[in-house]
Amino acid sequence: MATEKSNEMQGLTGNSAVALAMKQINPDVCPAYPITPSTAIIETFSSYVADGEVDTELITVESEHSAMSASIGAAAAGARVMTATSSQGLALMWEMLYIASGLRLPIVLTNVNRALAAPINIHCDHSDSMGARDSGWVQLYSETVQESYDNVFMAVRIAEKVRLPVMVCLDGFITSHAIENMATISDANVQDFVGEYTPETSLLKDMENPISIGAMTLPDYYMTFKKQQSEAMAEAKDVVEEVSAEFAQKFGREYGLLDSYELEDADVAIVIFNSATGTTKVAVDELRKEGFKVGVLRIRLFRPLPHAEIAAALKGLKAVACLDRADSFNDFGGPLFNEVRSSIYDLEDRPKVISRIYGLGGRDYKVEDAKSVFEELLKVVETGTVEEMTKYITI
Amino acid sequence: MANLKELAGKKELFTGGHRLCAGCGIPPIVRLVLRSTDANLVASTATGCLEVGTTIYPYSSWRIPWIHSAFENSAATISGVETAYRALKKRGRIPADKETKFIAFGGDGGTYDIGLQSLSGALERGHDFLYLCYDNGAYMNTGIQRSSATPMGSNTTTSPAGEVIPGKEEWRKDLTRIVVAHNVPYAAQASPHNWKDLEKKAAKALAIKGPTFLNVMSPCPLGWYSKPEDSIQLAKLSTDTCYWPLYEVEDGVMKVTYKPREKKPIEDWLKPQGRFKHLFKPGGDVIIEKIQAQIDREWERLLDLEGRQIF
Repeated sequence: MATEKSNEMQGLTGNSAVALAMKQINPDVCPAYPITPSTAIIETFSSYVADGEVDTELITVESEHSAMSASIGAAAAGARVMTATSSQGLALMWEMLYIASGLRLPIVLTNVNRALAAPINIHCDHSDSMGARDSGWVQLYSETVQESYDNVFMAVRIAEKVRLPVMVCLDGFITSHAIENMATISDANVQDFVGEYTPETSLLKDMENPISIGAMTLPDYYMTFKKQQSEAMAEAKDVVEEVSAEFAQKFGREYGLLDSYELEDADVAIVIFNSATGTTKVAVDELRKEGFKVGVLRIRLFRPLPHAEIAAALKGLKAVACLDRADSFNDFGGPLFNEVRSSIYDLEDRPKVISRIYGLGGRDYKVEDAKSVFEELLKVVETGTVEEMTKYITI
Repeated sequence: MANLKELAGKKELFTGGHRLCAGCGIPPIVRLVLRSTDANLVASTATGCLEVGTTIYPYSSWRIPWIHSAFENSAATISGVETAYRALKKRGRIPADKETKFIAFGGDGGTYDIGLQSLSGALERGHDFLYLCYDNGAYMNTGIQRSSATPMGSNTTTSPAGEVIPGKEEWRKDLTRIVVAHNVPYAAQASPHNWKDLEKKAAKALAIKGPTFLNVMSPCPLGWYSKPEDSIQLAKLSTDTCYWPLYEVEDGVMKVTYKPREKKPIEDWLKPQGRFKHLFKPGGDVIIEKIQAQIDREWERLLDLEGRQIF
């Protein structure tokens, strides 16, 4: 297949783009329970089912716990399975997230990031997927509607290659509900890219030679399974790179593990996830015009953590701020901060790192907010001291 | 319906060598139910005795495809498996030559309590599956904690018979009635001592398209403080005392499938079980009377519904 150069442009919200991607993939089974702000994904997909535009079996379960349980049952039976959720929904799935990854089932879940209660809030932050970061799921974060759409296709390939579930994250309301002019891929090319799913083994594959899945496992074997799972996660990094490279070659849009912006000669940088990256890039452009050497590092792949790549990207910088849209409630900065700081520890001449927690529960993050973080970083460089290592901003 | 010789000649789908206790009601129930159909079977099992006792890795007692994912979701898990079957069959990815049926197993903990929502959802959605609850009346796998199926007066580790509180104070939840309220095509109560009745009900449930339910009395020597060799006799006494009535509701019609010629007093069932020992001490008679009255009321209610269209 030649590179698809004449991608059709469409104005789509993040939710409708993800639903469209799911329609084009036409998975075997979709167990789903609606929750704000990802509801429209399930609603739109339900109408595709009702109109016969897909022949996916939709299971309208009674909770997110059952959504993930049914996903596990269906994936174990040999089906290609996709679902979507947010916030409390992901929290209710928690137990089953670990079981999906432990059973090595390549389920693809779109998580539209939303704050966790209490207090209850429907707007964007990353506390939901950050909490799931150790659940054994590959996590891809998406800056735009376009990337959310593209990540869904890549997620299917990555999941099925490494036999691990993959979570595609995008920002609630900011990305899920904003209309963006984006390029779509033809149905034929989607099918060609994702291919047929033919698992090596499954519950239903060979009834004459039945298998048991989910056996009680004691200290003699449990750790062996976990080691294999850990190795699969390590392998996932290379697979994300390979699949992203193939995607770029076919569809012309390049995605790395990280997205560096103006980092080459930068003195200071902000490290960040998802939609706030764009806002930060505007601040970078404006500050660059004033002569400040500032840049941005966006994390696209957070699980597995591309720690060596993060260290390489931040090498030579003098100060870095990690912006977390979630708190670890550890009095020691957000999750991104801790992991980035740890990633660069072995650099000979490592930058100072500060933690800034922003935008919780949908609080706005503006260009001025990014600028003031850069100003703080430049001051750290100037004085050589960090006055406040962790701080809430946008408050 | 198969006779005993035919049943015995069928392929063993649940092997020996499992780790369930001597006298446990679960293995005879599962063995019999797996023999009650000629269709291919796929099963899910909630976390609990049946799961732990049959699968410690790398061993498995299951000669059918089997999955366990967690405690509260046997029904949701089988929903996924059954739906995948339909999806893959539709798309020609699995052979459709032989009929495949689906069973979800769970104990009373995984069914009456933590798994009730998942069960209700799967019944309402109309998946083609049989849910079988083995009801031994407490969380036996984790050391005899009370469940909502625990009989009133029972001594468990979380409803101990103490100086002030005489064991469990509440009547057990009537789960079969709750399932019937989902208007499923078939729901029944059975007991392993009456293998003929159990086999007939399982065969019927598995032949019906749509969600069906069996609630099966399952003696537990560990949690009942009873002798392993008494288990089947205790199962029989649970029906002869009408503590555990055998009945079925098929297409909304109630049929009591066993009426003891002489209804025995509940003491006959309580007395051989150590979990009720304290009820036979001074003052316990009040509780026994209460239990008897409740059983009588329930039995009369059932007999009154006999032969009637109840939904």
